Amino acid sequence: MKKLTLTASAAVLALAASAGYAAARDQIQVAGSSTVLPYAKIVAESFGETFTDFKTPVVESGGSGAGIKEFCKGVGENTIDIANSSRKMKEDELKSCVAAGVKDVEEIKIGYDGIVFATDIKGPDWALTPLDIYKGLAAEIVVDGKLVANPNTKWNQVNPALPDWDIAAYIPGEKHGTREVFEEKLLAAGCKEDGALDVIKAGGADDKAAHAKCVAVRKDGKAVDIDGDYTETLARIDSNKSGVGVFGLAFYENNADKLKVATVSGVTPSTETIASGEYPVSRPLFFYVKKAHLGVIPGLKEYVEFFLDDQMVGPESPLAEYGLVAAPDAERQQQRDDFAAGKTM
Amino acid sequence: MTDVTLDSLPVATAPARRDIGIRKRYAAERRFRFYGLAAISVGLIFLAVMLVTIVGKGYTSFMQTSILLPITFDAKVIDPQNKRETDPSVLIKANYPNLARDALATRLGISKDDKPQIAALKGFVSDGVRVQLRDMVVADPSLIGQTRDVWVLAGANIDSAFKGQIDLDVAEGNRKVSDRQVGFIDKLRDEGVMEGKFNTGLFTYGASSRPETSGVGVAIIGSFYMMLIVLLLALPIGVAASIYLEEFAKKSRLTDIIEVNINNLAAVPSIVFGLLGLAIFLNFFGLPRSAPLVGGLVLALLVLPTIIIASRAALKAVPPSIREAALGVGASKQQAVFHHVLPLAMPGILTGTIIGMAHALGETAPLLLIGMVAFIVDVPHGVTDAATVLPVQIFLWSDLPEVGFQAKTSAAIIVLLAFLLIMNGAAILLRKRFERRW
Repeated sequence: MKKLTLTASAAVLALAASAGYAAARDQIQVAGSSTVLPYAKIVAESFGETFTDFKTPVVESGGSGAGIKEFCKGVGENTIDIANSSRKMKEDELKSCVAAGVKDVEEIKIGYDGIVFATDIKGPDWALTPLDIYKGLAAEIVVDGKLVANPNTKWNQVNPALPDWDIAAYIPGEKHGTREVFEEKLLAAGCKEDGALDVIKAGGADDKAAHAKCVAVRKDGKAVDIDGDYTETLARIDSNKSGVGVFGLAFYENNADKLKVATVSGVTPSTETIASGEYPVSRPLFFYVKKAHLGVIPGLKEYVEFFLDDQMVGPESPLAEYGLVAAPDAERQQQRDDFAAGKTM
Repeated sequence: MTDVTLDSLPVATAPARRDIGIRKRYAAERRFRFYGLAAISVGLIFLAVMLVTIVGKGYTSFMQTSILLPITFDAKVIDPQNKRETDPSVLIKANYPNLARDALATRLGISKDDKPQIAALKGFVSDGVRVQLRDMVVADPSLIGQTRDVWVLAGANIDSAFKGQIDLDVAEGNRKVSDRQVGFIDKLRDEGVMEGKFNTGLFTYGASSRPETSGVGVAIIGSFYMMLIVLLLALPIGVAASIYLEEFAKKSRLTDIIEVNINNLAAVPSIVFGLLGLAIFLNFFGLPRSAPLVGGLVLALLVLPTIIIASRAALKAVPPSIREAALGVGASKQQAVFHHVLPLAMPGILTGTIIGMAHALGETAPLLLIGMVAFIVDVPHGVTDAATVLPVQIFLWSDLPEVGFQAKTSAAIIVLLAFLLIMNGAAILLRKRFERRW
């Protein structure tokens, strides 16, 4: 009996003590995109090693949308300080942020990421165009001026130059940040090139509906949504040697001994072609900072400055080594100046 | 008794029919034994395959390749402007990896002007030397200017190559270790200054973006804090609830409803408890994110039903004669329960608790929502510091593409299995040692 009261009171004490602790957070909290996660991890770790006065930031993943949602919950010590995102914050997301009291949000672009198509290393060379992707993977395409369910079953039906392989593509799932780039830069572009956009519009659809129809992916099992990460896509390619997978440039480069990369519109993806904008399927990466937390959470300002330093995001930095495509010099300087001036969205 | 006489029994046909019945029953029994044996063997085969793959992949992580380097703590590299007397931060920000690179060049007999060879040294030594050498210098600044032999960790790719995990038949451009680096590895190995050492870092480091300096240290401490909270909360509450329900409460509609609810709660998916934790502990009470305290609170709710059910069963198993004897010699009901029934039920209660705790130790889903699935480098110093736990660390590592992390994933699984084995072993021991039979 004595022991029971003792343990119970210890638990109550621990709870009471924690309420006191919760009032003073001294550790930066970051959440968001799984694409930005590896970069944020490298910066957080180096930050902890360089600034011994500050604790190493805690970095959670969970996706851009989830991170921004958590970010927009409000201002205060029990909300996160930074949201990583592999896309720009949407208008309505910013509105919900402001509504919750997160009035000043600073946007910081850290560099670029490229999406590549890759096949098993032993397969033939691939040269794709947005049009090929659209005709191979869209739910409906135009045949003889009419919109029909995608009849293509082999890649060489799409384009005779492509191999005689059954269509099997492993593409990022709908909640993935990468999916948007895939839809915008490939499906929508291919749809327009094919003339399908005009046919859909002629059928009476407005711009928004036509766009949605353009980026709809076939659901007959030939295009498989991968909701996990690239490791899963790699495993699918491993078990189906004639599958085509979508990967991040960094992931492909880390597994260049297992994968062969395809060119898109004749351009081989590399850090150079992505930074120059030559390679069509790339996107900027961001993180968002709460201005109200700067100066309140110890080390937050230093962390952002450290992240933007050329030591971290320059062309010869650990992040570039991991696959981040550094932004051009002027753009990086602009980011630093904007942060120093406290520019908000 | 009925009045059946011997004469009325069907004497002639009975033995034959009994024979047929026996043969059929024997066959059925043989079949049943075979099914049982087959089921157990299938289970054992799966278990063996799982263990063999995990151990096969993970055992290499218990060794980490290290290189013995004669590090010269050159003042020109550490403190080029000689300001360390006035500005101690010089010692923290100095370029320590360069010291290791220079020492490695010396060891391999490479001249500093031979750029291509020097370039091949990139990534040969882990970037973790920055912290290792810095801590040495900060602890003893008189080291500057001296030369010491130091074991440093090899970089992740070099480590994989040393362990033979990189296929050298692949074209050089497509693998992470160049032919030149393979040459260096062979040379260092032949000289006996490069070898696999027991990886203590696996148990002391936290998360890291480098496979060679990442470990389950933070996760083990986080798991420990979390289990402590679970034990402190779930055991007293669970035991108190079950004693009340079993010994004191009158059987009524209300207790029936409570009982049904407890049984249902035991089957609720764990992610639901995570959502509850997010809504109540983080958003309402404002407790810190990523803290083992919140994780412990959530998991305590998760294991409470298990503990209550096990405790009630243990209390029920104590024969009524014990209670009646106590009451008969004048004990109050409370005395009867606490002096006689509870001690006899304790082994059963503890077994249930340990099994519940082992279940909690393996949970990941509810922790996702309260911020414990995160990259955490610093060792937590209390239940409110950010921490992660073992299964989460396994989950996080399994996502990473590097070869080094795949081995680490299996190593972490081995560590987790060892903990679970110890806990379940303790449960069995308790049962064997203290169990009473009536």
